[in-house]
Amino acid sequence: MPTFRATTRAWLEENCPPAMRTFMPENEQVAGGKRAEYVRPEQKQWLDRMAAKGWTAPTWPTRYGGGGLSNEEALILEEEMQDLGCRTPLRGMGLSMLGPVLLEYGTEAQRQTHLPPIIRGDIRWCQGYSEPEAGSDLASLRTRAVLQGDHFLVNGHKIWTSNAHRSDWIFCLVRTDPAAKKHEGISFLLIDMDEPGVRPRPIRLISGASVFCETFLENVRVPAGNLVGPLNKGWTIAKRLLEHERKGIGGIAARNAPRFEIPLEAVAKQFAGQRDGKIADPVLRDRIAAYAMDAHAFQLTRRRAAEEAEAGAPPGPLSAMFKLQGTELNKRRYETLLEAEGFQGLGWEGEGFTTDELRFTREWLRSKANTIEGGTSEVQLNIIAKRVLGLPD
Amino acid sequence: MPLILSDEARMVRDTALDFFRERSPITALRKLRDDNNATGFSRVLWRQIAELGWTGFLIPEEDGGSGFGMTGLAQVMEASGRTLAATPLLSTALLGASLLSLAGSEDQKALYLPPLLAGDHIVALALEETTRHAPDQITLTAKQDGTGYRLNGQKTFVLDGHIADTLIVAARTETGMTLFLVPGEAATRTRLLMVDSRNAARIRLDNLAVGPEAMLGRVNGGADLLNPVLDRARAGLAAEMLGSANEAFDRTVQYLKDRKQFGVPIGSFQALKHRAAQMFCEVETTRSAVLAAVSALDHKSNDAATLACLAKAKANETLFLCGNEAVQMHGGIGMTDEHEIGFFMKRSRVAQASFGDTGFCRDRYSALMGY
Repeated sequence: MPTFRATTRAWLEENCPPAMRTFMPENEQVAGGKRAEYVRPEQKQWLDRMAAKGWTAPTWPTRYGGGGLSNEEALILEEEMQDLGCRTPLRGMGLSMLGPVLLEYGTEAQRQTHLPPIIRGDIRWCQGYSEPEAGSDLASLRTRAVLQGDHFLVNGHKIWTSNAHRSDWIFCLVRTDPAAKKHEGISFLLIDMDEPGVRPRPIRLISGASVFCETFLENVRVPAGNLVGPLNKGWTIAKRLLEHERKGIGGIAARNAPRFEIPLEAVAKQFAGQRDGKIADPVLRDRIAAYAMDAHAFQLTRRRAAEEAEAGAPPGPLSAMFKLQGTELNKRRYETLLEAEGFQGLGWEGEGFTTDELRFTREWLRSKANTIEGGTSEVQLNIIAKRVLGLPD
Repeated sequence: MPLILSDEARMVRDTALDFFRERSPITALRKLRDDNNATGFSRVLWRQIAELGWTGFLIPEEDGGSGFGMTGLAQVMEASGRTLAATPLLSTALLGASLLSLAGSEDQKALYLPPLLAGDHIVALALEETTRHAPDQITLTAKQDGTGYRLNGQKTFVLDGHIADTLIVAARTETGMTLFLVPGEAATRTRLLMVDSRNAARIRLDNLAVGPEAMLGRVNGGADLLNPVLDRARAGLAAEMLGSANEAFDRTVQYLKDRKQFGVPIGSFQALKHRAAQMFCEVETTRSAVLAAVSALDHKSNDAATLACLAKAKANETLFLCGNEAVQMHGGIGMTDEHEIGFFMKRSRVAQASFGDTGFCRDRYSALMGY
């Protein structure tokens, strides 16, 4: 479709501010919400322009403010954005997880209420899944929601609620029937974090950052209309949302505009030296090639899955495989990066290290969460063994 | 470059899967081995393959083939890998057909291609001289002698070398490498009995005189001609290895469901489940790399060489993994010659060493990527 590609490119060239065609450091990622802070005005400008076209959510229906694009058109948009180096204008759990689930399971009223502010970046969402006693065994969660007439009364303790302290709403898995088997008494509830009794608390991580929180829910009143799907049937929705989450996390290795990524081999040449244009240390060179080739094959597999989906093949449980491989590769990338940097990759703060060196150290530590969040690698292997290979319990 | 198969390629794949399952199951390879069959392959089967048109996939229509391309041939090779069928697909339908149709003079094409297409003429590439795939380390010499040349030297690990009607010999000439067409019987040939029971030979040429008509392509132009064809061989062999890995994997998953210990199927144990799931991921990523490589070769894309190295490296690692895990997970029965699963592991090592082990592929990949 040359015309769509041409008009898209022309629009992007005209509307994407030059400052938004540069490398995007982690603190300049835009997630929106009432508490959004912008480092530069172009971030908001770019978000508003893209949101007005619905291109923050390119494939969502136009009646909710989405772009109404086909998958093929969305791919063209993504390719053109990558080619021009355009930053992703908005990112978050509303776009990547809740939205797709509401489109599939939500009522018309829920879609009308929640999708437009997600697309505009007005409301930021976080995820209330894990609990201190419910990690990989998510279905053993104990946060209680009791239906009292027109509202639920919710009590419980959620953990790893990423960015809860910067979010406006939280989608939660709650137990609504404690007598039923553990997968059958769970419901999916949308909770306004401005309600009294919702209290997020940031948790300091090994990287020194505090993107994760724990969130306490104490006698929170939630309108009954905020229940998504039928009562006690939340587990189906929970699993579908996890598929979307895994797709997103697995995309880590594929996501960043490649033109701004500092290639491993360049880092290796800089820190370990080069001979005849090759990385001087043959062991490091081999290790980098091994990583690069696995990452390359992974990208090709994502592309193949997209082409198969476009050709009408049913979406398989491949999201588990992408989550597993994408995150393991991302960890390997940082391990190799650190190895290439030598001493310079081990700084924590202060003098003697460049901004990039210090950033890589923190990102290396952050990457360790990749294979834990959204279902550990071990859980993904269980899913593949069960659902793809049909191995018995 | 598409990563999904066209309807035509899917039809070839389905036909090939049925063909090899029916005509050349692993019992056929076992019989060739146990009978000490001197040719190491079935000429009847090879003619049937020729009748199906698979010898002509890399030969253009004007030369009598179909020009269907690498994607098509990869489907056939993958299917042949599923049953470990011993055929000259790689030596003749891929390497021989490619080199002759790309570089052959009209006379050479007229002489060699019709019998090759018909399944009556086996061609083998005599390239390797050391213990490893090393296409740029050729010491076998061709010295000019009148209008012709005299060839002196040794080759090893020549696939189908002892049954080849024609050898394509890589020889060192004044300022480079040159390819020569040599009748198989003109060489001193020793069959090498390999661990995978497939065909290979050592070859010696003693002051062999050949005429100017024996030269394939330009003098000193052998490397430019051979390198892209070796990329085809890497991708095609990777396809065959993908078929073998996938089959070893499928059989192992079935065994995990059937075999009971402690009163339960052993596939219910997480230690085995996780390893099976890892294998699945490796098979799927290898499939993507192989599809990308053959697609790039067919579209003459710039990254064809890179992708061919990627496909071969992934296939090396994946068949190694699946072959080893298959034996381990089958337990004691996997160690027996009677059971077929051990054949996959044996095949894996020979296929890995052919046309680039993982170290070679990584080195070439990094060099092509500029590091």
